[in-house]
Amino acid sequence: MIEILDGRKRQVLEKGKERRDLACEKASLAGSVSQRACVFCGSRVVLYPIADALHLVHGPVGCAVYTWDIRGSLSSGPELHRLSFTTDLREEEVIYGGEKKLHSALTELIQAHRPKAAFVYATCIVGLIGDDVGAVCARVQAEQGIPVIPVHSEGFRGTKKDGYTAACTALFRLVGKDDASLVPQPAINILGDFNLAGETWIIKEYYRRMGVHVVSCITGDGRVEEIGRSHRAGLNVVQCSGSMTHLARMMEETYGIPFRRVSYFGIEDTAEALYTVARHFDDPEVLERTGELVRSEVERIYPEVERYRKALDGKRAAIYVGGSFKAFSLVKALRHLGISTAVVGSQTGNREDYAYLKEICDEGTIIVDDTNPLELSAFMMEKQVDLLIGGVKERPIAYKMGVAFCDHNHERKTALAGFEGMLNFCREVYSSIMSPVWKFSPAYEKRITLGKVGYESRECIAQ
Amino acid sequence: MRAVNASHNDVDPSRHAVSTRNACKLCAPLGACLVFRGIENCIPLIHGSQGCGTYIRRYVISHFREPIDIASSNFSESTAIFGGGDNLKTALDNVTRQYRPEAIGIATTCLSETIGDDVRLYLNEYRRERAGAGLPLIFHASTPSFRGTHMEGFHEAVRGAVEALAEGGPGDGAINLLPGLVSPEDLRHLKEVLADFGTAFTLLPDYSETLDGETWSNYQDLPPGGTPIRSIRGMGRALATIQFGAGLTASRTGATLLEDKFGVRALTRGLPLGIRATDRFFDALSQLSGAAVPPKYRKERGRLIDAYIDGHKYVFGKRAVVHGEADFVAALAAFLDEIGMVPALCATGASTGKLRETILSAAGRGNHAVQVLEDTDFVTMLEACRDIKPDIVIGSSKGYGLAKKLGVPLVRVGFPIHDRIGGQRLLHVCYRGTQQLFDRIVNALIEAGQEGSAVGYSYI
Repeated sequence: MIEILDGRKRQVLEKGKERRDLACEKASLAGSVSQRACVFCGSRVVLYPIADALHLVHGPVGCAVYTWDIRGSLSSGPELHRLSFTTDLREEEVIYGGEKKLHSALTELIQAHRPKAAFVYATCIVGLIGDDVGAVCARVQAEQGIPVIPVHSEGFRGTKKDGYTAACTALFRLVGKDDASLVPQPAINILGDFNLAGETWIIKEYYRRMGVHVVSCITGDGRVEEIGRSHRAGLNVVQCSGSMTHLARMMEETYGIPFRRVSYFGIEDTAEALYTVARHFDDPEVLERTGELVRSEVERIYPEVERYRKALDGKRAAIYVGGSFKAFSLVKALRHLGISTAVVGSQTGNREDYAYLKEICDEGTIIVDDTNPLELSAFMMEKQVDLLIGGVKERPIAYKMGVAFCDHNHERKTALAGFEGMLNFCREVYSSIMSPVWKFSPAYEKRITLGKVGYESRECIAQ
Repeated sequence: MRAVNASHNDVDPSRHAVSTRNACKLCAPLGACLVFRGIENCIPLIHGSQGCGTYIRRYVISHFREPIDIASSNFSESTAIFGGGDNLKTALDNVTRQYRPEAIGIATTCLSETIGDDVRLYLNEYRRERAGAGLPLIFHASTPSFRGTHMEGFHEAVRGAVEALAEGGPGDGAINLLPGLVSPEDLRHLKEVLADFGTAFTLLPDYSETLDGETWSNYQDLPPGGTPIRSIRGMGRALATIQFGAGLTASRTGATLLEDKFGVRALTRGLPLGIRATDRFFDALSQLSGAAVPPKYRKERGRLIDAYIDGHKYVFGKRAVVHGEADFVAALAAFLDEIGMVPALCATGASTGKLRETILSAAGRGNHAVQVLEDTDFVTMLEACRDIKPDIVIGSSKGYGLAKKLGVPLVRVGFPIHDRIGGQRLLHVCYRGTQQLFDRIVNALIEAGQEGSAVGYSYI
């Protein structure tokens, strides 16, 4: 067992062993290899999928180049979001200021690409060198006639969550710009879905079948003009609540639009999300169509899910994801597959999130906030898990230890949301856990000799 | 953006953008982290925001598909105001406690450099405050991302490690090799070559195992492998240092430091890619070791020439876009010239001011219509390609969009390769690496012809 750093001990607990709450919402300890990124990352991931906006990263080259075409967010039209633009500040601008370069860069890019809006991300050193990003944005907005919005995302000014807030504040400046267009009712906005592998399209199709109009998906296949009329919706449906609740709150305060937190991962949560929306509008026809949709979708996928469950029953998983709302859904979705969650954690969960997580997990589950590779690998080893769900940074930890892996992060190219997403999820988990390659892994073999896992030649399900 | 020594072939500099659009370079701390990961039992620590370490980890993992733990001093708002000394010391304490490393390599960032953090001073204080605590070795590289690219960071970290560790003493006849940014497979091959010459050597860095290791039975805090600390200490006693390429990107390198401080001769050779460049490397090894080129490499050389002849018609006159680190681009251009291809556009995100001259002086005929873009990016390259009409793109996977838009094949080489597996196992160097690269280029051109043909011959 590895030593957990003193400053982090209260951010780890095992359900059933300790009665305290999990400590969270703290800055990462210096020297801990946190899996978290920074404020800039939080802003960039949220705004990234707005495909007809220009995204200009103001700072030295790193922040822009590491986020070039990084998300699997699809667009049905423009693909401006897939390009990486930066002012690429050099030493002389650090000394003399970068405002002039920012102005020229913004002007030339807006003239070249004719975006509907521009977001300017301030990175670490921008404030330190005295650049007034807000003033440059205001000037270019006046000159070019499109919204030019500063995003205050200096990396050190908090955590990724503060980056979400900065992104929401920036987004809110676009909300209500179009007060003329009317929208059919009942109408909602989808918040916090990023259209990874077309997931927003899956969800939108459900709402279409229910008879609910979607005004704007804000960030999933996002468009500036849709955001402009998003204040016309009757309800904000918030997934990935960690990132988008701030926007939902601002829209509630200013426009009186209520919001509901939902998740589209797993059968139960997807069904519950759709019912939540249907119940909100209290329209018998919508309710009936929703019931019919859920029934037919569940009927369609259930036999296949059941076959996966038979193969995977009794396995153990570790989950480490960015937002804790996703972790809730994953615990439930895995349970559908007969897989218990032995380790679960997130980068940005809050007190309420962890209390709920503790409630839904089994006794003995390790719950962890802002973990690092050494802890995570030790917990996985201690609990002898068969599967890790995480992102690219967690993947090699699993693979080196002979543990199967499912990518549930924003780089992924497989749709995991909605009912068909559940099938993709089952397939992905199954194809990793049941692969015969593990038989060659010494770490896997060791688990077998410990009697913790057995390689079963179960029915092979055609993928 | 600017074109270097613009001639009538070059893109009009006035057309160049102020902004960088799809950068063809990475930031300096990334290069430093790769170096520190290539030193035995050493962990990289980034002095700056949390995001730098996390982004660099993600970027590096996606290429090598190996864990790479990079600690961060994790600046907060007050750190940026009051200085990063306390955070750095806490970070060193925590990293030492968790990883028990033999060494910690610190890379600074734009943030810590802009607020004027004096890392050297902090480290002196730290060593004093923790005297007798059995501290790991600590060295650092100044790597603000507003200065240079990942290659400057790479060379700076090599120099930092050498400066901190190398010791003088009676000569031991060994050879130091500073290979620059090459693949783990390249590093393994270079070690094989050096061993076959029968000479003692130090390869720095050596991430051939740490970034391309075996599968494990237990989780390794720090993966095995890397240049041993004691070998770096011995570098000041070596006969000579061979550095690949570095002449373009950095003037102050580990090799020049060893020469200035310990009188260890510094030899700069181009990356051994192609027959001529590999010959020059092997000649240097022969001279330094006193051993003849081992027969197995003579045979590899012979087979490579045989392959050049077999494939020459498929490549002759074909026009290539080559992109990546300046030294790597220079080596590729010389190789293409050697086989009769035209390195029609040679592009790098670095600003060396010397790439054009280097490429033209290496070119056999010297009169090619070679366009060289320094301090450039992928959008500018695409714009330049309107006139160039290339047949092939050769470089990292970040050139995929460019190749796709041009409708030509991309031969993936160098770093990063994010859209295929096995980037860490690509061999580029010496006769054997050139052989593999040559075959891949010829086959990519043949395949492009085959795919574009309605006939679809199965025999060529």
